[in-house]
Amino acid sequence: MNAPFHPQTTSLDSLAMGTRARVTSVDWGALEEAEACRLRHFGFDEGVTVEPLHLGPFGRDPIAIRVGRMTVAIRRRHAGAIQVQPIQ
Amino acid sequence: MNPLPLVAVAGSPNAGKSALFNALTGARQKVGNYPGVTVERHSGRLTLADGRPVELVDLPGAYSLEPASPDEAVTRDVLLGRQAGERTPDALVIVLDASNLDNHLRFALQLIELGLPTIIALNMVDLAKRDGLELDSKRLSVELGVPVIETVAVRRRGIADLQAAVDDMLSAPFCGVHERVKSDLIHLQRRAREIATAAVVSETPVRRWTHRLDSVLLHPVFGPIILAAIMFIMFQAVFAWSEAPKSWIEDGVAWFSNSVGPMLPAGLLRSMVVDGAIAGVGAVITFLPQILILFFFILLLEGTGYMVRAAFLMDRLMHGVGLSGRAFIPLLSSFACAVPGIMATRTIDDPKDRLTTILVAPLMTCSARLPVYTLIIAAFIPNTRLVWGVGLQGVVMFGLYIAGITGALLAAYVLRRGVLKGNSGGFMMELPKYQWPPLKDLVIGILTRVQIFLKRAGTIILGTTIILWALASIPQAAPGQKQSEVSIAGHIANGIETLVKPIGFNHDISLALLPAMAAREVSVSAIATVYSIDSPGEKAGATKLADKLKHRWSLATALAFLAWFVFAPQCISTIAVTRRETNGWKWPLFMVTYLFVLAYAFAGLTYWTAVALGL
Repeated sequence: MNAPFHPQTTSLDSLAMGTRARVTSVDWGALEEAEACRLRHFGFDEGVTVEPLHLGPFGRDPIAIRVGRMTVAIRRRHAGAIQVQPIQ
Repeated sequence: MNPLPLVAVAGSPNAGKSALFNALTGARQKVGNYPGVTVERHSGRLTLADGRPVELVDLPGAYSLEPASPDEAVTRDVLLGRQAGERTPDALVIVLDASNLDNHLRFALQLIELGLPTIIALNMVDLAKRDGLELDSKRLSVELGVPVIETVAVRRRGIADLQAAVDDMLSAPFCGVHERVKSDLIHLQRRAREIATAAVVSETPVRRWTHRLDSVLLHPVFGPIILAAIMFIMFQAVFAWSEAPKSWIEDGVAWFSNSVGPMLPAGLLRSMVVDGAIAGVGAVITFLPQILILFFFILLLEGTGYMVRAAFLMDRLMHGVGLSGRAFIPLLSSFACAVPGIMATRTIDDPKDRLTTILVAPLMTCSARLPVYTLIIAAFIPNTRLVWGVGLQGVVMFGLYIAGITGALLAAYVLRRGVLKGNSGGFMMELPKYQWPPLKDLVIGILTRVQIFLKRAGTIILGTTIILWALASIPQAAPGQKQSEVSIAGHIANGIETLVKPIGFNHDISLALLPAMAAREVSVSAIATVYSIDSPGEKAGATKLADKLKHRWSLATALAFLAWFVFAPQCISTIAVTRRETNGWKWPLFMVTYLFVLAYAFAGLTYWTAVALGL
């Protein structure tokens, strides 16, 4: 992962439910083209506020995340490519 | 004559585009297909205030002009005038979800750059208000440079204003479309956010309904329990609620058969109409109520937004066998019929995920198998009660459903490790707001399905029953001979019988297998036709048929026949739709082969086990 270092940054999949955070970087290279395209469509981008809301009942996967005014479901693997900084 | 002006309706998924399209066009809609691709084309007619007609086309939902699925590619190509079989639209109506502007505006900005005359329908303003979001549509119109009309499509609010705006737009002169879209996505997204922020008058944070519902419906413990309960109610309804209407249809068919019969001269013609056409088609249309109820539930779950939640809950389990949660919806629809189920796989982005889902969809017990299951169970399984409220017949029926589901999951698992090896794709879905779908949209959806089903009954099923009747009646048996053995069909069946004898199938079944290729439910009417030709004195009827079967088949044969139907790809429509959806004969042939092999193996296993147990 070549994300720039930020104090207290963490990947989106390790963020606790209900914690609001700001996206600091997205490792687009770790995703397939169509997946990256879909994430962009959902509005994932640097500076956007996200909040994980729900976890899938089996294996804590997928994750439902609020991004902007939308709620979207993505797999844990994809959330791992997104670096965030929790908002105090 | 000039063609009608063409207005395209575009928007992101979950913007309420279809509801708006329904509100503008009413029930006068045409569903077709774009040539060469497997994307449905929905069009309808809108009449302007002065009586001029306009053709409206509902483009597939898309998030941007950079397609991530075949549907989105069609949307792009139509708008750029590159789609075969479609004119370049004369104007564009963009549907936006008022409470999701920062996302939906990006697509709108892209579309406005195309340079077509454009109107924005700012939809679901009522839901935005409920969430404490007040918008300034005039400001939005100034920022975007196109008219903005506030609408609530499901309550038909703002529809007249929108029609008037379409009228104005078509009357204005127009200077052609731009060839290319200039701005990149990231730039557009940032601009979209700026405009969305500018258009917000006030925003009061309120606890959203959708959020509250989701905390229960997506709860790690209650979520799956509620999903299981909903599935249970759905299948309970399909069987219990359909009892009464089913018997009305049966009575109606019997009355019709008894009234028409005497009007025709006795002999071949009467036999063809009564034993062939009426008995065959009648046996099939009695399943209309069950199909209606099943589609009602599926459309309701889709319309409320719950279906996506079901996919969310099931994703991890489906992922385990190499499918995605998105496959849950097509597979669930396949309980009604594999044809719409396979068509619903278009929402799966990953090609291997999609192909696997298509190949296993026929294993889900479709409603056409019900007539077969019901008949055999009624004839051979005693109606004993196991515990209060649970009968042996119901348990066997449930077991057959489970066998189909298990078969589908195992087949997916094997396919994903064999011919369709590869990384399983992702699962990325928007969880839309919950809403109550307008009754009108539900009715339109159900009526479309009824039409398709009745058309099938009127063409394929009617045709095959008459052909089967002819094959089974010619040549006429001499006294003392059995009609089902001397006829042409009898000779064909003899050939099939040598193949299926090892797995316990008799002459009657061999005879029914051939026409059942047209549609599974035909096998019931085929057996009914054969028996009613064999014994012309008796009246055909489901209970009578069950009694006859009891005397002519052994229990082992009946069980093998059930096992066969769990797997056998006995449906030409499914094969045809698979060919269409996979663009070639390779995969439908593969599907037919693997399913026949499974059917033969499991019917055989069932038969040999049953015989060994002395059944």
